[in-house]
Amino acid sequence: MINKTLAELSSGLESGEFSSVELTKAYLDHIATEDKKYHSYITVTGDLALKQAKAADKRRSEGNADKLTGVPIAHKDIFCTQGIRTSCGSKMLDNFIAPYESTVTTKFNEAGAVTLGKTNLDEFAMGSSTESSFYGPTKNPWDLDRVPGGSSGGSAAAVAANLAPAATGTDTGGSIRQPAAFCGITGIKPTYGRVSRWGMIAYGSSLDQGGPMTRTAEDAALMLNVMAGFDPKDSTSVDREVPDFTAKLNEPLKGLRIGLPKEFFGAGLNPAIAEATLAAVKQFEAMGAVVKDISLPRTELSIPAYYIIAPAEASTNLSRYDGVKYGHRCTDPVDLFDMYTRTRAEGFGEEVKRRIMIGTYALSAGYYDAYYKKAQQLRRLIKDDFTKALSEVDVIMGPTTPSPAWKIGAMKNDPVAMYLEDIYTLSVNLAGLPGMSIPCGNVEGMPVGLQVIGNYFDESLLLNIGHQFQKETDWHAKKAV
Amino acid sequence: MEWEVVIGLEVHVQLATNTKIFSGASTKYGAAPNTQACAIDLAMPGVLPVFNEDALRKGVAFGLAIDAEIGKKSVFDRKNYFYPDSPKGYQITQMDYPIVGKGHVDIMLEDGSTKRINVTRAHLEEDAGKSLHEEFEGMSGIDLNRAGTPLLEIVSEPEISSAKEAVAYLKKIHSIITYIEISDGNMAEGSMRCDANVSVRPKGQKELGTRAEVKNVNSFRFVEKAINFEIERQIELIEDGGTVVQETRLYDAVKDETRSMRSKEVANDYRYFPEPDLLPVEIDHEYIEAIAETMPELPDAKTARFIEQYGLSEYDASVLASSKSLALYFEQVSEISNDAKLSANWVTGELSALINKNNLDVTEAPITAKDLATLILRIKDNTISGRMAKTVFEAMWEKEGTPDDIIEAKGLKQVTDSSAIEKIIDDVLAANPEQLAEYRSGKDKLFGFFVGQAMKLSKGQASPGQVNEILKKKL
Repeated sequence: MINKTLAELSSGLESGEFSSVELTKAYLDHIATEDKKYHSYITVTGDLALKQAKAADKRRSEGNADKLTGVPIAHKDIFCTQGIRTSCGSKMLDNFIAPYESTVTTKFNEAGAVTLGKTNLDEFAMGSSTESSFYGPTKNPWDLDRVPGGSSGGSAAAVAANLAPAATGTDTGGSIRQPAAFCGITGIKPTYGRVSRWGMIAYGSSLDQGGPMTRTAEDAALMLNVMAGFDPKDSTSVDREVPDFTAKLNEPLKGLRIGLPKEFFGAGLNPAIAEATLAAVKQFEAMGAVVKDISLPRTELSIPAYYIIAPAEASTNLSRYDGVKYGHRCTDPVDLFDMYTRTRAEGFGEEVKRRIMIGTYALSAGYYDAYYKKAQQLRRLIKDDFTKALSEVDVIMGPTTPSPAWKIGAMKNDPVAMYLEDIYTLSVNLAGLPGMSIPCGNVEGMPVGLQVIGNYFDESLLLNIGHQFQKETDWHAKKAV
Repeated sequence: MEWEVVIGLEVHVQLATNTKIFSGASTKYGAAPNTQACAIDLAMPGVLPVFNEDALRKGVAFGLAIDAEIGKKSVFDRKNYFYPDSPKGYQITQMDYPIVGKGHVDIMLEDGSTKRINVTRAHLEEDAGKSLHEEFEGMSGIDLNRAGTPLLEIVSEPEISSAKEAVAYLKKIHSIITYIEISDGNMAEGSMRCDANVSVRPKGQKELGTRAEVKNVNSFRFVEKAINFEIERQIELIEDGGTVVQETRLYDAVKDETRSMRSKEVANDYRYFPEPDLLPVEIDHEYIEAIAETMPELPDAKTARFIEQYGLSEYDASVLASSKSLALYFEQVSEISNDAKLSANWVTGELSALINKNNLDVTEAPITAKDLATLILRIKDNTISGRMAKTVFEAMWEKEGTPDDIIEAKGLKQVTDSSAIEKIIDDVLAANPEQLAEYRSGKDKLFGFFVGQAMKLSKGQASPGQVNEILKKKL
């Protein structure tokens, strides 16, 4: 049962092959025995899951089931869940239980999906390895010595290790696509504004976007059908009709125009990954696609732009964690200043502190124009590059990451080296475009991802491309365990 | 040395929306602590602000009322600072693109002339909560009921030259916001609050002196006192060889003094930047026009109309027009009594005196416009004298009945029957032969004596005019 895709599980439940309670128990049992190795979950919600599974079975028996009714899934521990701890991987929120439910988890609850638990992540989603979690690192199911990527590393590892058939993730600079690539699964970051951010703990508000992490593109479409949609509680969500993302999965790709940006194949790219990426592109050509060389000249500038804008927003988003209202508070503060400083010194980890300081600096009087404003100008130029490119091609393809998953601890003393690993994913968030990573090869025994970037609100096309590729190849079906 | 005073005012007006500017929590005043603070107001993780359009409409209405440029695109920014009553660690406000741009307000000076005070801008922002330092034994309590209440911050140019002008400006702002009903203007409850930037310079000097910002001046009276204190403090300081420090000072109403709060030099760097959780607010001409169509007649227009239509003095007209309810009351009295001048006298005189004394709005006064008009009609038809009317008015205030009931009950009807008055005068003259002889020998001053005696004999009810007239004849 636990080897099946979401689509297969949905059919199995529909046909009565198994019940949601049986399925949920199978996952909970597997998590209980196996997750010690991976540490993909921070919190397993067994009682809730079984309660939801029973309700789902009842609903199905009454003939009211949706596609995902009774299907167990996991949520990144960044989505607030009413009555269940939402830690965001931080000591600061180790004791935080939200009195409200995020829009994303509400939608899954309403669809009748079962919540297995909350998955591990880099603290406040700041990181590319899930090593910065207060709860300790998650391990890559393909090689326990390696990182699963991040920040949605717990979700990626859970899906790769059959600890959940699908999970939610969030992506601020690659946090869905990069762990998907590292763990050999499918992940899509929708267009900014497609999925509501209500109840999703903010890191970089203008960049954060929730999305699905699954075994297949078809599963991602099923998940996105639930997640997407305008939300009056999120002013940045877009009031636009949401298509059935499964509707176009089987469209032929004949005539599809693919752009290959030369900047995505330059220095720093692992040659084996380049090879795997180009082999995937060849596959698309064989399916009738047309390939064109393009340029995204400001790609390199996306790193400095991102590492100003995201920390700037984060530095103020995280000001609310002050020990006054909820979350961690230091013991016996002597005065207000002491309470602030010790609470935050104790509650935040190293990477979070680093980004708060970078962001605070970038917004400071006298530096604002040189950093934040300049970064915003770069952001516009980067967006213009994409707009121009996407007027000539339908999608842009390239590697999701320059390297396969690295060893745990390898980047510990060199945060900038880790930042540079985000080179291919950051610009997509800066532009607000949808981006997908699908497995397309194996390097050093580790999976690698193909990134497909589409035009605004063109998620259907990305999923169509992913599905067609997965019909012709079996990279997505290769298993870590 | 002669000194010149330069004052700029920042007025915070709480907008009378039902819910907060970025959340659905109630803005009602006076609830138990933290009962009107939702997850958004508490800055819980993952919550997002949603802009309340009613605050936008009220901001635009103010802009129209002061003839200002309206920001067709306004942008919210984050102003970052740590304080327990600021739950997010930043305030959402408007920095570079406020909803209201340059406008102006005209005030009347003591000599009756008009002065124009330019308004730099007015922007929308959220109010903070309150820190409570008593009753917590060494700890502080935080009440976030007020957090997120919509504010319009109205910033004047430094064009105000005295404490009295500052009060006149504030009263005008108060009058405007209550006219257009964007705020209840209740200063005691903090619906309108004022910070004053005060500086002095030697008369004739071009550059401005160093300013101090006086905070917490929340009544018209305190504004005047606080500014006057601050002016004197600065002048004394400079004349004693010292220099004014740029700082924030708190007004202490009990001690009637301002005290240094914190120095602006070491104040926060607020690190303003555009609020990424909210889109820029864009409005078009039609949107503004639709609000313009709902605007009532404003104080200045009403003053002009009162002068024109009722022949009132500029002073009376502007006093009556300063409050929408007072103006309405006056017009009702005037219409029924058909005597605008007398109506204006009574409303600005006796009635306003008692309203102000009891700290009431005219709508709360125990005397209806209809009753006051009836009283005026009784003066005009000679039923009662002006002096009797004051007695009746006082009884009306005590809710003793309608003017006619009171006149009846107190037996206050004026005696206008001339034969009855003649009889009284005859009695007076007969009773005072000595005085009569003195008068007739040239002591004119005694005329008043006879009037007094006649009024006394009539128990005050004789028509004073007729007494005078008949007495003159008889003497």
